[in-house]
Amino acid sequence: MSAHVLEEQETPVLWLHNVSADLAGRRVLDDVTFAVQPGEFTALIGTNGAGKTTLLRVILGLQPTSSGIVELAGERRGRRSVGYVPQKVLLDPDMPLRARDVVALGMDGHRLGIPLSPRAGRLRRDRVEAALASVDAIDFADARVGTLSGGEQQRVLIAHALIGEPELLLLDEPLANLDLRSQHEVVALLARVAEERRVAVVMSAHDMNPLLPVMHRIVYLAGGRAVSGTTDEVVRSEVLSALYGHHVDVLRVHGRILVVAGGEDEPVRPDGEEPGSVESGIVSVP
Amino acid sequence: MFSSFMVNTWVAASIVAVVGGVVGFFVVLRSSAFVAHAIPHGAFSGAAGAALLGLNTVFGLGVFALAGALGISALGRKGRHDVATALGLVVMLGTGSLFLSWSAVYAPQIYALLFGEVLGVSRAELWPIAGLAVICLVAIALVYRPLMLNSIAPELGEVRGVRDRLIETAFLLVVALATSMTVPVVGALLMFSLMVAPAGAARSLSDRPSAAIAWSIAIALVTVWAGIALSYALNWPLGFFVGTLGAALYGLGRLVGTRRRRLVLPTA
Ligand SMILES: Nc1ncnc2c1ncn2[C@@H]1O[C@H](COP(=O)(O)OP(=O)(O)OP(=O)(O)O)[C@@H](O)[C@H]1O
Ligand SMILES: [Mg+2]
Repeated sequence: MSAHVLEEQETPVLWLHNVSADLAGRRVLDDVTFAVQPGEFTALIGTNGAGKTTLLRVILGLQPTSSGIVELAGERRGRRSVGYVPQKVLLDPDMPLRARDVVALGMDGHRLGIPLSPRAGRLRRDRVEAALASVDAIDFADARVGTLSGGEQQRVLIAHALIGEPELLLLDEPLANLDLRSQHEVVALLARVAEERRVAVVMSAHDMNPLLPVMHRIVYLAGGRAVSGTTDEVVRSEVLSALYGHHVDVLRVHGRILVVAGGEDEPVRPDGEEPGSVESGIVSVP
Repeated sequence: MFSSFMVNTWVAASIVAVVGGVVGFFVVLRSSAFVAHAIPHGAFSGAAGAALLGLNTVFGLGVFALAGALGISALGRKGRHDVATALGLVVMLGTGSLFLSWSAVYAPQIYALLFGEVLGVSRAELWPIAGLAVICLVAIALVYRPLMLNSIAPELGEVRGVRDRLIETAFLLVVALATSMTVPVVGALLMFSLMVAPAGAARSLSDRPSAAIAWSIAIALVTVWAGIALSYALNWPLGFFVGTLGAALYGLGRLVGTRRRRLVLPTA
């Protein structure tokens, strides 16, 4: 993939070292290690329950770790500069709240009091306008946020996360429930943000294929364990078989990658199940 | 109906309407109408208990409202909220009915707490109402943005350091305060309708939060003013008018909101 970011000279924005986490007595993340450089696009890939959300919450400090170190560049400077778009944000269409109100709260939603100074108000409006423009959301800036389409809401939430000018942007399955065209638009938007603003983007997904053209690095999660590297380093039969603990095949078809459980030494089960459906979260049939 | 005796009533009712309109906006935004229902009603049993012990009923009301708010916040996280609140309410109402049965002498006073006695507010009663109203409004102004963020999506707040539990508890305490100040005037039943109906109507009338809050206050004021005037003229209970006017204005608001959106959408 684009080589410029993978030179290990810069200080990473995010660095996880042997991180483990337990939820309700179960090990959900097991010895996860990887680093993210500025401006790099990282795909966090795993099936349902692999630990993607938990990993992102660990990075945000919302989920305590059992062992290991999480280091954030912003934190070293005494300030957390991380933007986050959670997996499920249900925006009630009855809420009297415009897209631009949601974006503004990304800037100062943690502040106490009501801003009254007109000068500050103008500055605030300009920043919100710029953030909306950067995600092509000007057209629906004044619409009720709950009535927007899934793709439009996703862009508003990205603007909400970006307006604080983070060095690291975390997104939890932002492509879920989007049609192919919206998926494309969101991915292109995030790639542009990473490139132009030097924001490191880490986004989770269960299917890596929509991200293949833009991602620099993959963190592949299975059962709480992770391997990371470039797509070519990680998405190989030997590497993923070792991660899963059983044989998987990696097929490349028409520029798409399919990860399929059950190979030569583990034939398709006789109950007629398709090989692909065993790891149905990962496999995508074109 | 504008005699000096009635002036206190108009002032008290207006203060109550402003607080109900503002606090109600967030009650509706957070979909916690049920909590706004439970706290005033549960607090009523505190008043019943205080009456039984010969204490100030408003004091008993306040204590139970605060205890109820803290209890709901301690018991429930988002998902389990309804069940926790419902059980708390049932226990409190049950206790209230027991207290009532023991202290038949004070019953009329207790009924006033349920349905209000706005037509007899004294000057001395006005000051605590105004004081508590200021506290409620200042508290809301102080946490306005974190509360808004938390109401939209708690997780978006959490990453900015806005703790869900803290905001939820703070908000429930404000609801409890609003309850303690307003229930003795308009009664527990009316307080609930003042917190839910105007704010519910207001959110159909504007897409901007600040404008919706202004609408909510305006509708609450119209509701209580019209309620007092009609109640005075017809000598029917105020509760009837506040309840039905609230519901009617809510319906009207929804209707206007639908028409407004139909006018706006095609051009958007
Ligand atoms: N609060 C919790 N208590 C106990 N276990 C939990 C909790 N949250 C998640 N888990 C478990 O941790 C594991 C990882 O969950 P996580 O939500 O991180 O997965 P995910 O990769 O985000 O899945 P999905 O694709 O479905 O969002 C799952 O097995 C889940 O059951
Ligand atoms: Mg998840």
